[in-house]
Amino acid sequence: MKIIACIKQVPDSEAKVKAEDGKVTWGDAPLVINPFDEYAVEGALQQEEALGGTVTVLCIGPESARDALKHALAMGADDAVLVSDAALTELDTVGAARVLAAAVNKIGGADMVLFGRQTLDNGSGLTPAQTARVLGWPMLGLAGQIKVDGGSVTVERVIEEGRQTVNAKLPAVLSVVQSIGEPRYPSFMGIRKASKTTIPVWSLADVNTAAPAPIVSRVELMNPPTQEKEVEMITGESPGEIADKLADKILAEKVL
Amino acid sequence: MKTFVYIDHFKGEVQPASWEAIGVAKSFGTAVALVFGTDLDEITKAAFEYGADEVIVVDDSALTDYRAEPYASTLSALASSSSPDLILFPTTARTRELAAMSAVDLNTGVLTDVAKFEMNGEQLVATRPIYEGKVLEKTVCSGKPVMATIPGRAFPKPERVAGTASAAGTLTKAAAKTDALTTVQGYSASESAVNLGDAGVIVSGGRGVSNNPSLTPPAGMDEKQAEVWRAQQGFALITDLAALLGGAVGASRAAVDGGYVTYAHQVGQTGKVVAPDLYIACGISGAIQHLVGMRNSKVIVAINKDADAPVFKQARYGVVGDLFQIVPALTEALRKKLGK
Ligand SMILES: Cc1cc2nc3c(=O)[nH]c(=O)nc-3n(C[C@H](O)[C@H](O)[C@H](O)COP(=O)(O)OP(=O)(O)OC[C@H]3O[C@@H](n4cnc5c(N)ncnc54)[C@H](O)[C@@H]3O)c2cc1C
Ligand SMILES: Nc1ncnc2c1ncn2[C@@H]1O[C@H](COP(=O)(O)O)[C@@H](O)[C@H]1O
Repeated sequence: MKIIACIKQVPDSEAKVKAEDGKVTWGDAPLVINPFDEYAVEGALQQEEALGGTVTVLCIGPESARDALKHALAMGADDAVLVSDAALTELDTVGAARVLAAAVNKIGGADMVLFGRQTLDNGSGLTPAQTARVLGWPMLGLAGQIKVDGGSVTVERVIEEGRQTVNAKLPAVLSVVQSIGEPRYPSFMGIRKASKTTIPVWSLADVNTAAPAPIVSRVELMNPPTQEKEVEMITGESPGEIADKLADKILAEKVL
Repeated sequence: MKTFVYIDHFKGEVQPASWEAIGVAKSFGTAVALVFGTDLDEITKAAFEYGADEVIVVDDSALTDYRAEPYASTLSALASSSSPDLILFPTTARTRELAAMSAVDLNTGVLTDVAKFEMNGEQLVATRPIYEGKVLEKTVCSGKPVMATIPGRAFPKPERVAGTASAAGTLTKAAAKTDALTTVQGYSASESAVNLGDAGVIVSGGRGVSNNPSLTPPAGMDEKQAEVWRAQQGFALITDLAALLGGAVGASRAAVDGGYVTYAHQVGQTGKVVAPDLYIACGISGAIQHLVGMRNSKVIVAINKDADAPVFKQARYGVVGDLFQIVPALTEALRKKLGK
């Protein structure tokens, strides 16, 4: 089983992210592997354990994104590829999907390509289905469980309305959600192995594609309006008295 | 301006933000509702009643179960033949895939979770959250049609006027594409219908909901079982309050990981992003990953034992106290005052 997991690097979710002078800043907060993509790596490693094979992690990003790939290697992935090119400045999701599909083809022979559900930064959750469309492969979205049987894969798809069992022939594209299980921590051995693994950097020419023209673009950045009211603490002699006051406050807000 | 509005439904149950999308479309011009699946009469009627000028129905057994590929191909074919300026979707698990694929077919882009639209001359400008809502961006799409998804409760729901069905608008039938690459083999419903995205009131519980040492679990339970049992007593109080207010039950990730409630209830970064009018957080500390999921709620109430819990920084009203005492007392007080 040859599995590719697509990951992105993003600012840590604890970071104080702000819009400043038309740019997004996060101070000295660390860049980490997109937390949703850790589930993709975990899902890939579970399949490798069950079926044998290899897990390759794939990322489009700047040089610094090596650290995110190293994290996945330390979790247990076998190898990693970074696609980096000066021409990739403004990449929207359709563009990312075209480049990822080209890289998947270049890697060659993949049975499954696993994605996270969405990125923390852009957060659109479009890239997995768009990559599937470009590849012409089936899309199994929001997989909470994965089972491969011969040439087909069955997932339990976690949606608001419940769980669906969905099946497709391999090769297929999957996105993976939290129900797959907690991502494993990098092991000591894994960290050592990751530090020794060389990560090839591919340009767009290496994956035989041109820089996609951006279709979606940003025209302005803003900070959300700050909360104007301070918290009002409700106190009283007894739970009954507190509840009574709080109920009055809630009713006065006219939200019921 | 002509807008397609994709009416998202699961087994006939429509995602209410679909109707909100009809309202947005009408504010720009003509609203053409698209209804895909089988047995679509009720939905078609409702689409007219919510104000659609035209409804395009694609009723085909190939579309009985939602599958991304044939749904996207059907949508792309319709968009190619009648050239809408905009296609709107409610943001759901299904539309993220279907809009995504159709955008590849039509070589255009999708603006997701749009909170606000404005026109800059001829160009539609959409405001959407990025970095978990810590920053907002205005974006444009140079492709045509522009595609956009809207979250629940971001735009007003148009009034439903009964009886406008068929009288007002045109009903067109169109053909389905049948290029499915997946098969749906089974389905199990969430044990409780959770629709956090559309709820006006959400009462949420966290790890604190299991913390009532005075409750004695039935004999023979190990420590973990006793914790879950206690949490279930706590969530019963939360459910009572939610039920009184016609709201939904939410949870923190700690409550979900602890096995107190299912993942469908989770609010936050890896759960659902919600924006009810009233959000009551009980026994939730207020980790950033939880806050990003609920901070756009209109009024936030926090109930927590610990006066220093970060959740109070996000709240409008706070109570330092034991949720096992405060929550039932609040339910009683509201029941009386609401005359229920
Ligand atoms: C990548 C990533 C993604 C995450 N995604 C999410 C997400 O989507 N949603 C989410 O919620 N979390 C998420 N988390 C987890 C998050 O960081 C917190 O661990 C989690 O929200 C804590 O849940 P909690 O507040 O219920 O528990 P705790 O932090 O343990 O807080 C329990 C609170 O209950 C109070 N309490 C205890 N007993 C009582 C009582 N009897 N009455 C009143 N108060 C009481 C305590 O004072 C405490 O403040 C994520 C974390 C990571 C790293
Ligand atoms: N630059 C990238 N490199 C590799 N994978 C990516 C990249 N951007 C997005 N992805 C994958 O696509 C998923 C969805 O991203 P998005 O559509 O931006 O929300 C992520 O969880 C990743 O698995």
